[in-house]
Amino acid sequence: MADKPNVIVVGGGLGGLWATMRVAEAGFPVDLFSLFPVKRSHSCCAQGGINACLDVKGEHDTVWQHIVDTIKGGDYLAEQPPIRSMCEQAPGLIRTYDRMGVTFSRTPEGGMDQRLFGGVKKRRTAFAGATTGQQLLYAIDEQVRRHEDEGRVRKYEGWEFLSAVLDSEGVCRGVCAMDLETMEVRTFQAEAVIVATGGMGLMWGRSTMSTNSTGAAASRLYQQGCQFGNPEFAQFHPTAMLGHDKLRLMSEACRGEGGRIWVPREPGDKRDPLSIPEKERFYFLEEWYPTYGNTVPRDVASRAIFRAVRHMGLGVGGENTVFLDLTHHTRKFLEQRLGGILDMYQTFSGEDPYTRPMKVYPSMHYTMGGLLVGYEKDDATGAMKEGSARNHATSIPGLYACGECDNAYHGANRLGANSLLSASFSGRVAGEAAATFLKGKKTRSEVPTSTFEAEQARQVKLNEKLLTSRGKENPFALHRELGEIMQERVFVERNNEDLDKAVDGIRKLRERFNDVSLDDLGMRANQSLSWARQIHDMIVLAEVIAKAARMRDECRGSHYKAEFELKVPEGKFAGSPEYEEYRARWKSNNETWLKTTVATNTPDGPSIEYKPIDISVLPPEAPRDYR
Amino acid sequence: MATPQEFLFRIKRQDSPDTAPYWEQFRMPYAPGHNVVSALMYLREHPVNSAGNKVAPVVWECNCMEEVCGACAMLVNGVPRQACAALLDGLPQPIVLEPLSKFRVVRDLQIDRSRMFEALKKVKAWIRLDHGGDIHRHAPLISPDEQDARYLFSRCMTCGCCMEACPQFHQNSTFIGPAPLAQVRLHNSHPTGAYDKEERLHAIMGEGGITDCGNAQNCVQVCPKEIPLTTAIGELGRQTTAQWLRDLFAR
Ligand SMILES: Cc1cc2nc3c(=O)[nH]c(=O)nc-3n(C[C@H](O)[C@H](O)[C@H](O)COP(=O)(O)OP(=O)(O)OC[C@H]3O[C@@H](n4cnc5c(N)ncnc54)[C@H](O)[C@@H]3O)c2cc1C
Ligand code: SF4
Repeated sequence: MADKPNVIVVGGGLGGLWATMRVAEAGFPVDLFSLFPVKRSHSCCAQGGINACLDVKGEHDTVWQHIVDTIKGGDYLAEQPPIRSMCEQAPGLIRTYDRMGVTFSRTPEGGMDQRLFGGVKKRRTAFAGATTGQQLLYAIDEQVRRHEDEGRVRKYEGWEFLSAVLDSEGVCRGVCAMDLETMEVRTFQAEAVIVATGGMGLMWGRSTMSTNSTGAAASRLYQQGCQFGNPEFAQFHPTAMLGHDKLRLMSEACRGEGGRIWVPREPGDKRDPLSIPEKERFYFLEEWYPTYGNTVPRDVASRAIFRAVRHMGLGVGGENTVFLDLTHHTRKFLEQRLGGILDMYQTFSGEDPYTRPMKVYPSMHYTMGGLLVGYEKDDATGAMKEGSARNHATSIPGLYACGECDNAYHGANRLGANSLLSASFSGRVAGEAAATFLKGKKTRSEVPTSTFEAEQARQVKLNEKLLTSRGKENPFALHRELGEIMQERVFVERNNEDLDKAVDGIRKLRERFNDVSLDDLGMRANQSLSWARQIHDMIVLAEVIAKAARMRDECRGSHYKAEFELKVPEGKFAGSPEYEEYRARWKSNNETWLKTTVATNTPDGPSIEYKPIDISVLPPEAPRDYR
Repeated sequence: MATPQEFLFRIKRQDSPDTAPYWEQFRMPYAPGHNVVSALMYLREHPVNSAGNKVAPVVWECNCMEEVCGACAMLVNGVPRQACAALLDGLPQPIVLEPLSKFRVVRDLQIDRSRMFEALKKVKAWIRLDHGGDIHRHAPLISPDEQDARYLFSRCMTCGCCMEACPQFHQNSTFIGPAPLAQVRLHNSHPTGAYDKEERLHAIMGEGGITDCGNAQNCVQVCPKEIPLTTAIGELGRQTTAQWLRDLFAR
């Protein structure tokens, strides 16, 4: 296996494992790197489901509708040919998962069942009980384990990716990684590298994501010159339960089943919620949005909660919290409808949601932005060209990205249950692209050993610097401060004054990072060292996010600045002069802003440019309108 | 119960696999809503033991913090469980944390469970696909009842709690342990997974296989996912007996 041309995959969530499988099937050896056994990857957290138009419910659902929903859901900001490919191939992907033995929930006839999910009118979401992500992850993990058993895949679990090895031409020749047990830093050669390191929620301190979701790997590549797309677009979930360690998602289903959001009318009211009389409660969603009430869409709910708590100072007990109240329902009803979700609340809060209102707040949940990836368009079909080596290629030759760490498919916002799909699909495509890239190669490229030695030396030096720095800053405290800035100023509602402060604050953190000192100076399973490195890289990437958000003066998808909101004229529809005038303003705004944000690292900080988008599948004619 | 002023932890530490373990105590100011993972996060930021000495932060593993990834299993007050789901409120103090004892200690509370993943290879815990491309066909139909039964087993997160509780599984035994056995049950019950049933059964019929189970029934009591491990082992007992007979007549 030694000198056969090989591929390195970094990350073993859905994206990385699909890529690994496809490369292995194409006959090239794969070295798979992950912080821990891949079976423990963050993908296991997803509960809801995965979208594909299978139309098992006989509702005449169409692939075209899936394409339209995805494009519009992302507020037109995503490249359209890849979306077309993803939606067209989603049914085939789900069939493959089914063949792998995923325990998809069944109809009485024994076929796959599907259900309704946010923002969509047809039942298009396949699911496996309440643990869809876990079930999909295990299925593809098993396939990769078989390839490992048969000698096509070699796993480096417990290794942290530190950087890409770039040659003098800037071509990716492998990776530099650190064994998290011995802290040994080593380089590994490859003909192509695929990164699939997942989402980046931990820049916001705590989020609904897992500890692997730091974005550090993506940041490292960005710092090495890889372009980053749409950094400012991140999705927030309105109702997450608060925890000291993480913010756990409380499903939308709670509001769907009649959950009421409220705060005490009296700021700072510390009374037991059960003793607060009805008239002293402020059901602000019901008051502000009489038509939809508590079931307003995610982003509207998030901003309303933010407004009540941050602008009006009405957070429960003066904290960043509102009540999500289901106590008006009977226990029996709740057990039937929301049992699994409420049990989870009980497990992690110790409080009984059947008799006491739950405490929730919006949380960082998904990153649409990521390493900028390209594709080759097939002019005959208007979709992505099958098997092209350009699909999912980053701006660094030989480097591919897939899964949540790339910027494709979701534009300015992600549709529920579309990211298990995009992570899997993009992994498959990236694996096939890398295999095409290697096609015809018989042996490994000749790369001077000095290229590898130089990168290794650079990384060892970074470790040494951290291990010898005796400053006064605690890296964990810096991470908390970073989270506070992001939560406070780069959140559900943004304004330029705050964003300027955020950029400034993050820069100061970066300076202070030079003054850290670690409490562990050993060379064995030194988690402080590994974390400190990741925290540094989160700080770097956070600045990119804040700056891109500062520069985008409009509202699009998850990115909201009140100052630039284009309001739909109330009660007016297409054809009326007021609506047409609004449409014209919307179109002219698109002229300026319907572009992918491209961030590039420079010595003076992030440089931000904008790149046109292929909108040939569904040209934007009318704004999103959920009336 | 009166709210305590602080939490007291007794943590079993070990610098490396071949050095002796030692105990260290830590204190943390009381706050409601903590679990063992969030406490360890607090302690890594404030790594001062109760003697007031600054020490290296305690090493442990966690990822999802929702009891689905299986990473943070450890002994909490002597019980194998996920640290993230162990709320401090209500736990008797001092709260005693130890690594699972049946696996190699990497450092402190972090352990190496690669033996479990190796076992999954041994029993071929997968369905053999021709390839991962679309073949324009689903898996064969599966009744909702059978799928519900399979779902019980497909949630195993390889946390190792059941292995810890099993008296037959330890570092000097070859017993494969309850969790990998349950995966044989899972894959044998899939219509196409059943094509490799014989191979899986043979893998658990030899040394370290199913007959090493001493029927202590501890595994099923500690599994955080309530996986019916003993039921699976019972079913596999019947499957292996039938296989043994088939082998006998095939000779
Ligand atoms: C609570 C929650 C619920 C969700 N529910 C749904 C849902 O119902 N439907 C849906 O479609 N989507 C859902 N999502 C989103 C979806 O789960 C993720 O987008 C998707 O799983 C990401 O997969 P991935 O392969 O990109 O990354 P991950 O699964 O995060 O995997 C990342 C991998 O990278 C590795 N890694 C990271 N950094 C390094 C490094 N430096 N060195 C080496 N390895 C590294 C890790 O070890 C890991 O193996 C949910 C997300 C959350 C937070
Ligand atoms: S069977 Fe249960 S206890 Fe055993 S490894 Fe699986 S989830 Fe953990």
